[in-house]
Amino acid sequence: MADIKKLAEMLKKLDDKLVSCMRCGMCQAVCPLFKETGRETDVTRGKLALLNGLAEQMLKDAKGVNEIVNRCLLCGTCQVNCPSGVQIVDIFLEARAILTGYFGLSPVKKAIFRGMLANPRFFNLLTTMGSTFQGVFTKKADELLGSSCARFNAPVVADRHFNSLATRPLRKTVGALDTPAGESGLKVAFFPGCVVDKMYPQVGEAAIAIFKHHGVGVYLPENQACCGIPVLTSGDRPTFDQLIEMNLALFADRDFDYLVTPCASCTATIKELWPHYYGGDRANLDKLAQIGKKTLDITEFIADHLLSAGDAAAAQPTTETVTYHDPCHLKNSLGITRQPRQLITAAGRTLVEMNEAGKCCGCGGSFNVAHYDISKKIGTAKADNIIASGAATVATSCPACMMQMTDMLSRRNKGLRVRHVIELYAEGLHRELVVKPQGGLPERA
Amino acid sequence: MSTKNASALAGKFAEIVGKDNVMTSENDRYAYSYDSAVLDPVMPGLVVRPTSSEALGRVVALCNEHGLPLTVRGAGTNLSGGTIPLLGGVVVLTNGLTRILEINEEDLYAIVEPGVVTASFAQEVARRGLFYPPDPGSQTVSTIGGNVAENAGGLRGLKYGVTKDYVMGMEFWDVEGRLIKSGSRTVKGVTGYNLHGLMVASEGTLAVFDKIILKLVPPPQAAKSMLAVFDSIAAASETVAAIIAAKIVPATLEMMDNFTIRTVDNFRRAGLPIDAAALLLIEVDGHPGQVADEAGVVERICREHRAREVKVAGDAAERNTIWQARRDALPALANLKPTCVLEDATVPRSKIPAMIAALDEISKKFQLTIGTFGHAGDGNLHPTILTDKRDKKEWLRVEKAIEEIFNQALALGGTLSGEHGIGLAKAGFLIKETGRATLDFSARLKKALDPKNILNAGKMAA
Repeated sequence: MADIKKLAEMLKKLDDKLVSCMRCGMCQAVCPLFKETGRETDVTRGKLALLNGLAEQMLKDAKGVNEIVNRCLLCGTCQVNCPSGVQIVDIFLEARAILTGYFGLSPVKKAIFRGMLANPRFFNLLTTMGSTFQGVFTKKADELLGSSCARFNAPVVADRHFNSLATRPLRKTVGALDTPAGESGLKVAFFPGCVVDKMYPQVGEAAIAIFKHHGVGVYLPENQACCGIPVLTSGDRPTFDQLIEMNLALFADRDFDYLVTPCASCTATIKELWPHYYGGDRANLDKLAQIGKKTLDITEFIADHLLSAGDAAAAQPTTETVTYHDPCHLKNSLGITRQPRQLITAAGRTLVEMNEAGKCCGCGGSFNVAHYDISKKIGTAKADNIIASGAATVATSCPACMMQMTDMLSRRNKGLRVRHVIELYAEGLHRELVVKPQGGLPERA
Repeated sequence: MSTKNASALAGKFAEIVGKDNVMTSENDRYAYSYDSAVLDPVMPGLVVRPTSSEALGRVVALCNEHGLPLTVRGAGTNLSGGTIPLLGGVVVLTNGLTRILEINEEDLYAIVEPGVVTASFAQEVARRGLFYPPDPGSQTVSTIGGNVAENAGGLRGLKYGVTKDYVMGMEFWDVEGRLIKSGSRTVKGVTGYNLHGLMVASEGTLAVFDKIILKLVPPPQAAKSMLAVFDSIAAASETVAAIIAAKIVPATLEMMDNFTIRTVDNFRRAGLPIDAAALLLIEVDGHPGQVADEAGVVERICREHRAREVKVAGDAAERNTIWQARRDALPALANLKPTCVLEDATVPRSKIPAMIAALDEISKKFQLTIGTFGHAGDGNLHPTILTDKRDKKEWLRVEKAIEEIFNQALALGGTLSGEHGIGLAKAGFLIKETGRATLDFSARLKKALDPKNILNAGKMAA
């Protein structure tokens, strides 16, 4: 291990950003982690102070600081509410890269990131095998939610109620696509993301059905790599760059109007983090900026580019009440809150707001794996709010949030459904028996 | 020394509060070495988090037994260094004591533990159809215990008063861990010394709060907000004086200077008049009839005093736009430079023009950027110095400017601190305002109540 002075010097690079925190402590009001623990090291002000202390060589326990900096959901709520506009998520991502560079990646992460994520074909093969044999290890707990209880205590599985790997992932049910633009005149590149591909293929299928319905051409290449968010948040920049380059080879120089994903985290990553944190060949930066500009969350794409005035009344109303959970990567990172709600209404559902709809579900990607106890507490608070809303279904627009909410709700056995917003919208299209055109729009078949 | 003693006693503290509520690691301790003041951090020897009243009392007694410095900490949002553990020792957190014990709707009082968050409390009170007016800027995180220890103010000070006006009584631990009771649940009460009054603004130097009895009031039924634009600070200040002279006491009466107006407008593109010398943001509240009358009179007074424009909020959205501008003042200024020194020297309201002229002078003399906004109605301005604490040369000028601000406020018959407290930041200036006799009197009081000088030593006069 290099000496701590060197680490301090590297962290000094963050000084200009760190100094803008005036220690006002307002982050204490919004941090979901702090709400559960009440510890200053869990809230942003404390973490920034510790990074500063390490950079100033006032602290010796760098390993401890590393653990503290990694004990964060990266939900970005503090940043949105920070009175002095500190670029908190950026500081944390940079700090994690510096600290990971210094301490190295944990063996487990190294195996997963470099052995699996950086080899999409192998990753696909492995998860397909996993789905074939998972019945041996898991039993169905709540049929409605489709979650499974682990039959034995594997270290990561613990007592989680997690979704089964799909028996047939999206890449098998849909396969590769390259269709021309239809009546919408638009063509999209579709990036389902790992979780949709391997756990929620029905969400990907809903997307394809919606594209077809609206006459949108689709480019869906095989062997898409992970967007890189788990790797970036773990500070593994070389693998992050590698994953970007794999995806770039598939998507750059292709002809499409928008790159659309049903995963809030993938959207935010491709749109904001790829251009900002890519450290490889400079020649790629322009391509990344171009792709970033074209990247849209799927609810934003449907609501703003496909939904015409007449569609609000398109779906036959149902009696199903739906409450919506704002994923951090949509609300905090991209400021998207209107479009998903609009789609729920367009799907003929009655939207009821839960309390704290914009509060993190506690998943935080690998945070859930490393700090399951706190993740569960934050998730339980979310489940309480969902149940209290009285809705029959909770919808969201991020598959990671879906996993977490499924886990939390399944424990409560309340019979609530967890759905992606576009699943509801796609169902609405099927139910579309009578179309009432408004504003002189042509009647659809 | 005290740091070493404190960590050696970690086991004893753990017996009282449980192992999980004692923090000894370097990183944990460092996270309690600062507050919101621009001052150097000092690490405590350990941090304890009692979760019951009884445990809190025993922690205090244990500290006293071993002569360990003890600093109580709520949300750590203090702007004068009051929660920095200057001599190390033990930081006692109150965020394990967060129960609202009673809200009495018949007798209009509430009893709370010290760690209750101000805004959550106010919200809970509002849910019962009552009102707890003190609203310090940090209310979404600040604690009632901290508010009482600092006598926190806020935007509603002019009409509704500050924290001290709502403390009806208290139970607190003396250094020996004995529970002391003062005040009552009744409006009237003259039993014994007004010890709870002594506790207000004592900045953690005299005792450790256990329970606080707070007064509640019925909420105003209506409110009307307006924004008046002026081409001179003098005209704005005269307007403030004229409103009060007309026997109208607005719930809030805030001012922003030109620099702050421009910064806020740039921050949110709020469409503020960036060429104006000053803005007054005014809200009157009360019975709907009274509100309509008073709003009319205030508007007329503004116009008579050369307001070039008066915008009266017609609905909730317009009202929110006006107050958003005020809420944006500090964040907008804080975004300009890395370090933001928020002062709160206060003058009699008639001296506001003189104080603003003096601040202008000071900003030129020391070549510093100062934005001024604040509670014009009660003379509590917030000159905000924007700087970078890493720039040592400029920082020296900042320190001199702060001293000059204090001197000017005192020369105008004002006070060092309206609501942020003395703590470490202003301890050295206390004598200028109060004199040697006052300091000696305070020191004797402190010595009698805390003979080993363990309670927040080094703060205020102690």
